[in-house]
Amino acid sequence: MGAELNDYLPVLLTILIAGGLAGAFIVLSAVIGKRARNASPRRDTPYECGMPIITDAHSRFSVKFYLVAMLFILFDIEVVFLYPWAVVFDDLPATLIFTEMAVFIVILLAGWLFMVKKGVLRWEKAE
Amino acid sequence: MDFWIDDIGWPFIKIFIIANVALMMVALLVWAERRVAALIQDRLGPNRVGPLGLLQPVADVIKLFLKEDLTPGHVNRPFFIIAPALTMMPAIISLAVIPFGASLIIADLDIGILFIFAISSLAVYGITIGGWASNSKYSLLGGIRSTAQMISYEICLGLSVIGVFMLSKSLRLQDVVLMQGDGIWLFGEHYTGIMGKILDWNIFKQPIGFILFMIAGFAETNRTPFDLAEAEQELAAGFHTEFSSMKFALYFLGEYAAMISIGAITVTLYLGGWTFFGLENLGGSFSWLTQILIFAVKLLALQFFFIWVRWTIPRFRYDQLMRLGWQVLLPIGLANILLTGVLKLIFKV
Amino acid sequence: MEPIFHDLLAAGGGHAVAFYACSAVTIAAAILMVMKKNPVASVMWLVLSFIGLAGIYVTLQSYFIAVIQVLVYAGAIMVLFLFVIMLLNLRREDIAKMELPKVPFAGVIAAILFFVSVFLVIKASTPAFEKPVDALLGEPALAGDSVRAIGIPLFSQWLLPFEITSVLLLAAIVGAVALTKKKL
Repeated sequence: MGAELNDYLPVLLTILIAGGLAGAFIVLSAVIGKRARNASPRRDTPYECGMPIITDAHSRFSVKFYLVAMLFILFDIEVVFLYPWAVVFDDLPATLIFTEMAVFIVILLAGWLFMVKKGVLRWEKAE
Repeated sequence: MDFWIDDIGWPFIKIFIIANVALMMVALLVWAERRVAALIQDRLGPNRVGPLGLLQPVADVIKLFLKEDLTPGHVNRPFFIIAPALTMMPAIISLAVIPFGASLIIADLDIGILFIFAISSLAVYGITIGGWASNSKYSLLGGIRSTAQMISYEICLGLSVIGVFMLSKSLRLQDVVLMQGDGIWLFGEHYTGIMGKILDWNIFKQPIGFILFMIAGFAETNRTPFDLAEAEQELAAGFHTEFSSMKFALYFLGEYAAMISIGAITVTLYLGGWTFFGLENLGGSFSWLTQILIFAVKLLALQFFFIWVRWTIPRFRYDQLMRLGWQVLLPIGLANILLTGVLKLIFKV
Repeated sequence: MEPIFHDLLAAGGGHAVAFYACSAVTIAAAILMVMKKNPVASVMWLVLSFIGLAGIYVTLQSYFIAVIQVLVYAGAIMVLFLFVIMLLNLRREDIAKMELPKVPFAGVIAAILFFVSVFLVIKASTPAFEKPVDALLGEPALAGDSVRAIGIPLFSQWLLPFEITSVLLLAAIVGAVALTKKKL
């Protein structure tokens, strides 16, 4: 047992090294970087091309962004099913496994067609 | 003690070298980008620091380190500080499962490609959180836009490579490399002539998948024609408007590191990885050096293509980008999978 | 519980340590997720908790499940959470103003649910604790290929549930579209 699990030790090391490098950059730059004296309070305002700031940055967004995120989850789950399917394609009777996924994809394509026909992702059109 | 040397010591050194080579390649890429851009636009580009301007990236890094590390008062401090790191880390971590040679791989996992997709799906947090923590309109809008773009094209990226794994029957990337270039199978016969070997590369067996993967790869790395997150005319610098010094550089680094890792995946999945029709065995016990060189040449050629596209093609509009991703590439990706299935049944590959 | 932990450490060695380290990360991140006032911080702690959970799956040698955990939960579902929370634009003052009158009642229910689930987990896992440690830490069904180990039963034995999943996803797509349209 464990020959496979040991493969993940280098992965853990990679994560640690990547984190270490990123952390080192951030810390080093904070340490080495110059510090301005008598900094103007203007520096603490968001960059808006020099215009006076009138509203808060955090405002409501188009509902389409939520929709994209929701549809992304659904299609992501579909894609996840495709990977084991691709791997075992030759291990099971060919017509069976092909039909299985064809049915799966066609059902989802119906959902996709509904989504397209309703025009919910047409960004040029204001809701 | 063997555990500490064999399982911790050597892998640590190997990973450290690969990560640093990747960072050096980023520096080289930044230089190459500027020189090629200059070439395409008929101007000189950076040519003063060192021979051919090759030391320009070094000078830039020193400059960036010495700049003031400004954290404006209006931002959400902890998130503002960690966000750039969150973008840069996934690109480096995904290099862990790329085979650079027959034995030059940090971890040959049985979930191979899924590991890369899982890790890079976390890269959106650096951008979203960075944009949100900046507490600035350009940043937030740029961050949200960019995230929506990245998740939309992640689906296309995932769909495009399914065909490759239907042929390789394994998600292990080393298996995908070894499956290519040893002659194509048609109707149960093995063609090992030179044409058979060349056609065995996945770029020829999966041309639609390859094109989809490249398009989605451009979108995932936020490069032209998909660089809407930093469309200067609309959004100043997008999600990194408020970042300065090395924090800005980390975003920059993350973008180029992602370019390298997408390039490395493309080479592995579609262009035969570290093999080149038998050339990879040259050099006897030093054949690993040949293999790295083969990989590097393929990778650099692809990076040149990335740069070439950037300075040639104009940017998409946001509605065009979304329509392309959801209404064009998604059904083509699904059709490609079904087509691959049908062809597999007909040709008995 | 003490002897089991001891046995695990003795037999599993590094794996047991890894398992408990991942568990600690998962639980600590989950607690921080609940404690944080800033909802965006909560989301990020939950992401870390999911990554810790993926680590637990890795130590149990369910690599495919681990990677799906990160890909779907940490990388997709939490993005939606983040979108909703970021764009709902709750200010700190608004959160402070929110009244939580049902707190004692909710606390009692949560406590009951917690103890019931702890009881069920212990009851369900009693046989497992009696098994040898190797079995507890999981054996790959098909050595060296966790994807095939899932794929073959999924596409032969569990064919019907798989197909029904697509109907479920279809319903969810229609639902998502209906939610965002004022009138269909």
